[in-house]
Amino acid sequence: MATTPTAAPKTNRIGLTVLDYRGSKTTLCAGCGHNAISERIIDAMYEMGVQPERVIKPSGIGCSSKTPAYFMSRSHSLNAVHGRMPSVATGAILANHKLIALGVSGDGDTASIGIGQFVHLMRRNLPIIYIIEDNGVYGLTKGQFSATADLGSKLKTGVINDLPPIDTCAMAITLGATFVGRSFSGDKKQLHSMLKAAIAHRGTVMIDVVSPCVTFNDHEGSTKSYKYMKDHEEPIQDISFVPAFEEIDVDYDPGATVEVTMHDGSRLRLTKLEEDYDPTNRIKAISRLHEAHEKDEVLTGVFYVNPKAPTFIDMLNVTDEPLATLPESVVRPGREALEQVMEELR
Amino acid sequence: MATTDVALRDASGQGERKRVVNNMSIQVATVNGSGSQSSNTVLLRSIFQMGVPVSGKNLFPSNIAGLPTWYTIRACKDGYIGRKKEIDFLVAMNPETAQEDVMSLAPGAGVLYDEPLNLNKLRNDLVFYSVPYDKLVAPVCPEAKLRKLVKNMIYVGVVARLLEIDMAEVEKAIRKQFATKAKAANLNFAAAKAGYDYAATLAKQDPYFIQRMDKTAGKIIIDGNSAAALGCMFAGVTVVTWYPITPSSSLVETLIEYLKEYRIGPDGKATFAVVQAEDELAAIGMVIGAGWAGARSMTATAGPGISLMAEFAGLAYYAEVPGVIWDIQRVGPSTGLPTRTSQGDILSTAFLSHGDTKHIMLLPSSVAECFEMAQDAFHLAEQFQTLVFVMSDLDLGMNYWMSEPFPYPATPINRGKILSKEDLERLGSFARYKDSDGDGIGYRTLPGTEHPAAAYFARGSGHNEKAQYSERPDDFERNMERINKKFETARSFVPRPEVVTTGKTKIGILAYGTSHWGIVESRDQLRDEYNLETDYLRLRAYPFTREVHEFIEKHDRVYVVEQNRDAQMLSLLKLDIRPELVTRLRSIAHIHGLPLDARSVTDQLISMEGK
Repeated sequence: MATTPTAAPKTNRIGLTVLDYRGSKTTLCAGCGHNAISERIIDAMYEMGVQPERVIKPSGIGCSSKTPAYFMSRSHSLNAVHGRMPSVATGAILANHKLIALGVSGDGDTASIGIGQFVHLMRRNLPIIYIIEDNGVYGLTKGQFSATADLGSKLKTGVINDLPPIDTCAMAITLGATFVGRSFSGDKKQLHSMLKAAIAHRGTVMIDVVSPCVTFNDHEGSTKSYKYMKDHEEPIQDISFVPAFEEIDVDYDPGATVEVTMHDGSRLRLTKLEEDYDPTNRIKAISRLHEAHEKDEVLTGVFYVNPKAPTFIDMLNVTDEPLATLPESVVRPGREALEQVMEELR
Repeated sequence: MATTDVALRDASGQGERKRVVNNMSIQVATVNGSGSQSSNTVLLRSIFQMGVPVSGKNLFPSNIAGLPTWYTIRACKDGYIGRKKEIDFLVAMNPETAQEDVMSLAPGAGVLYDEPLNLNKLRNDLVFYSVPYDKLVAPVCPEAKLRKLVKNMIYVGVVARLLEIDMAEVEKAIRKQFATKAKAANLNFAAAKAGYDYAATLAKQDPYFIQRMDKTAGKIIIDGNSAAALGCMFAGVTVVTWYPITPSSSLVETLIEYLKEYRIGPDGKATFAVVQAEDELAAIGMVIGAGWAGARSMTATAGPGISLMAEFAGLAYYAEVPGVIWDIQRVGPSTGLPTRTSQGDILSTAFLSHGDTKHIMLLPSSVAECFEMAQDAFHLAEQFQTLVFVMSDLDLGMNYWMSEPFPYPATPINRGKILSKEDLERLGSFARYKDSDGDGIGYRTLPGTEHPAAAYFARGSGHNEKAQYSERPDDFERNMERINKKFETARSFVPRPEVVTTGKTKIGILAYGTSHWGIVESRDQLRDEYNLETDYLRLRAYPFTREVHEFIEKHDRVYVVEQNRDAQMLSLLKLDIRPELVTRLRSIAHIHGLPLDARSVTDQLISMEGK
């Protein structure tokens, strides 16, 4: 019997296979949008050639916050308390700013219990990718409305939501995040490109990913269902991303495309589907998001990007080496320092 | 106890009064925001420079300006630096409280008052000195808007003349106080001098004097929060988070100053990060994130902050993340008395969070221990991979205390059980929550460790030895028992108590923190006035060490003295000791928010002894 030689598995630029980016088997419901997001994270990290050991995956509490177990097992995770992912992520990044932080939260975790920490994280432009896996309901407690649920949307039980939603993207832009977008777990190509650009960005990335809950919020009358999203998603651009390490390039029409050069030299190309949309204009971005609510559109795309703003690490003027592993000779001043202080106190 | 020496002829001619030398409490009653703190510090320092043991206690309102504040300086040749209830010399600057302040004095006290207050009519058993502050301040301070501040320095000069404090020392203290502002120093010295010169016209009638001694040579004066800040810096803290709250704010504010001075690298960059968080929840969240990622991280707070940190404390306990929390205790519950001292957070902190949680607490009594225990706290947090709470209080944290200079840390920084890339290459793999060494403490890896087996999943939900999610009853039980074992191990590593045994008594006193200073003096009162010997154990940490159990075993009655209503430390002791010993514990509790004074302890103990 002839033996077929097995082809060497495909590897990325640092010699890892896509399997090196996988996690444990998901325990979420079959068809949950969150699983698709985990897949996109794996692909994006793999394609960008990110060393998994440099990544940390802080999360809060809820179905979304369980997902770090389902991707990138070679990266450290810290599953924190409800709504408090931003603070643990902040501490971890201050301890070691060479880490790449991918924080996972949900709409309940972020927009209700965690809104305070969310707000202050956005203000600081801390280098982090903050993903909201947004399904408009509390899944783990069996389907109560969250604060991102749209006005008039209906629960399975028939309860109508009569409070306006919090638009986390509009908030993030207002507060100072420097890469803000919305996507849909079912829009594979868009989310994939957006995540790759997010990895190349230096500063706070906030991506709200509408991610249908197949068990509690995928019915007629829900505004976060697969069907509703297919009918109402309005992408403002076609997104393509050219990493810094890729030489191959294609021509594009500068009249129809906004090109943003990222911190590492990568290029984010946003081909306008909407004339006049300028992703570098904060005020207009916020205004367009509010307009979308009035028109019942679910706007997706990169709403705002500013690759040049100083990050929290820059503002704190932290030394280049990670604080966590600075040697004693650096973190404990010498005897003469103590003697000087004692002399001043005599 | 002898408090007098040479006889002094009473100027009123009504007989002889004893000179009282280097043994008095001077109280300055002012309104807050009037700049009196500088004057009080100068007065305190002047006495200190005269070689006389001294302490200063600020009793201030929760307010920015305009409410009454009292500053008490105690000079004591015998070295007692706790609060003394009786005031011997009053500087009455606040018209609002002057009458009450005067009425509460014991006969014979001296009173310095602003002339228009006419306080001398109130009583005839006190010694009154009137000072025309407005008349004195105008010539030395041409700028009218500064007069309110400078006026306070006048009383320093008057007091110096009356108590015979050397003006050269006053000048030295003023120059130190305004070290970077020569103009302010000159102006203030001129004011003090004006007071000093004016006081030459006053007839000294009170018996109080300061005389040179040699009991402060080489010593320093510092507040506990600054001492803690220094300790944290020398412990190698790298991430500091905080949310301002009285009385802890000055700890971090001072730390920031020290870090800026001593912890900027040759590249001009900081070897630390300080974040003013949005609240205490975020502050402790950042501490935990940083501790997990390998920093020596800390925050400082007070009771309300501790309450807010409860949920996160459970995460750190169960996911086993190091961190240091300073609790500068103030009076609760709720907002309580935010500017008064207390030991009221002991029980809530010991078990902070839901489920079975227990935390290591360190109990500093002195500024030297604030410095030393800062280092212990970081060390223990990393050795035991858990939060360590340092239970200071407002009295220790915000008041000035004399101390021997702090010794340079004697031991190198030890980061605990951390596996490096090289360790992992040798081992192949590791189980984060496995008790490999029999002490309950697992090995951890830091994020960023470049080895495929380095990562683990830290979580507050049920997990097994390999840090995998688990709801199995046996996994949960085993894990909780192991974490408890760490706590038991910690008993042998936390600071041991200070035990004083006379060998002459079956009566013991057990106290901790700033209660210590009242106890030192009370034990002498009990011995000298009541012929009652006592043994003494000063707790320095929770969990309790072997010595604590032995002390209770050896005494028939143990008076547990603390500054809270519910005998919180006594309650913790009850849970720890053999049941038949519980009846030996007696509570002496103080909850009024003022630092514990010796006389109250003495009186209560004597009454409980039925004497």
